[in-house]
Amino acid sequence: MFSSIRSLWIVFKHMFRRRETVQYPDEKPYLAPRYRGRIILSKDPDGGERCVACYLCAVVCPVDCIALQATEDEHGRRYPDFFRINFSRCIYCGLCEEACPTYAIQLTPDFEMAEYHRNNLVYEKEHLQIEGQGKYPGYHFYKVAGLKIGGKDKGEAENEDKPVDIRSLLP
Amino acid sequence: MSFQGSALLAILVLLGVFTAAPGLIWLERRLLGLWQDRYGPNRVGPFGIFQVIADMVKILTKEDWIPPFADRPVFVIAPGVIIFTVLMSFAVVPVAPGIGVVDLNVGLLFFLAMSSLGAYSVVLGGWSSNNKYSLLGGLRAASQMISYEVFMGLSLMGVVVMTGSFSMWDIVMAQQGMWNIVPQFFGFVVFLVAGVAEMHRLPFDIPEAESEIVAGFHSEYSGLKFGMFFVGEYLGMVVVAAITTTLFLGGWHGPWLPPIVWFGLKTFALVCFFILLRAGLPRPRFDQLMSYGWKVMLPLALANLLVTGAIVVL
Repeated sequence: MFSSIRSLWIVFKHMFRRRETVQYPDEKPYLAPRYRGRIILSKDPDGGERCVACYLCAVVCPVDCIALQATEDEHGRRYPDFFRINFSRCIYCGLCEEACPTYAIQLTPDFEMAEYHRNNLVYEKEHLQIEGQGKYPGYHFYKVAGLKIGGKDKGEAENEDKPVDIRSLLP
Repeated sequence: MSFQGSALLAILVLLGVFTAAPGLIWLERRLLGLWQDRYGPNRVGPFGIFQVIADMVKILTKEDWIPPFADRPVFVIAPGVIIFTVLMSFAVVPVAPGIGVVDLNVGLLFFLAMSSLGAYSVVLGGWSSNNKYSLLGGLRAASQMISYEVFMGLSLMGVVVMTGSFSMWDIVMAQQGMWNIVPQFFGFVVFLVAGVAEMHRLPFDIPEAESEIVAGFHSEYSGLKFGMFFVGEYLGMVVVAAITTTLFLGGWHGPWLPPIVWFGLKTFALVCFFILLRAGLPRPRFDQLMSYGWKVMLPLALANLLVTGAIVVL
């Protein structure tokens, strides 16, 4: 009996407490920079696509929501012909971001993706691509990779030595 | 001067009561929110008050389905019974001097009779649904009824002994000097507990107990019939609050403010207290309620009546 009255009193005192509710659409919650939300494809500092269409993200995706097709431009640079993420399947696990060797695919602190039609949740490349570099500014895959590509020969990458002529090493 | 007994007043009371019931749904949700550190409905209209309209439109326009396995006539009558008995109880409530539907010389007995009849609604609703959860709800309602009904009546007898009348109006008049809550404090406490059990509000919503037996007696009800159970429950809350005000809190008596405002304020405070009970207390098992009723409340009510009677006689 006493404990009942005591619990009533405790509940009554909550009248003067601050309300915990975040009034969501009026009041946006803080999202951490590493929040795993909407997936984007970033670009390198020159404005070129970072994605090299290696399929690692599609392979690692546990729900198979990423689909892409690799192709090459005239310089031998690989890029995805199409890149499609089905957000009605995506579980925002972030494994694609971890798998990506070029920092191209990234998860962003944005979750406001509700749609009236399920088909609208399938994002094509033009919906995924952003005009920025995302979380890794200044990173340019082809500038650091030892790959020969149009306008850049072997050994011209940053921190890369000139190729060694192995025949000159012979005694 | 006196509107008492006029048809117009009866209609006014009816309208007031039917507006109060959906308003109470909103009030309850907001107050529960307040006591649980959240907001409750605050989107539709100012302070979310138009949520009431949205809720009512929704509940009244839902498909009203009668299960093929139900006992049809009883199934249809059951929700009507609760509305009928609760509205009849309002008839004997004296709101303010000259404002009240009827002054029966057995007003208190009439209220007790009507509130007890209301229990049939729950039992019959549970029985006629032909569903094991509903039946369990109905059985629990019956067991709950035999636990609270006895001490409910006895707890009021102290007031009757002091006033010497069963008429609600006489009881209010007799509280001119001192409210009955002072000499009849134990009667007040016992009646409050019985009242909560009577209207099947939490913590004594044992027949409904949605966390144990789906929705208890009204598992099979939908649409307007469910709405009637729902409104009946809220109206029951108002009736018990109004009767408690009348019998123990001095009815319309109070300084400065006009009588009708005092009556409204006291009733409102009690309704808020009932909502606080819901926010703060867990639901007992029905055997716990039974042993509590027979072993604690009944002796308390009897002792209260005995002492009151002795003092009045001496």
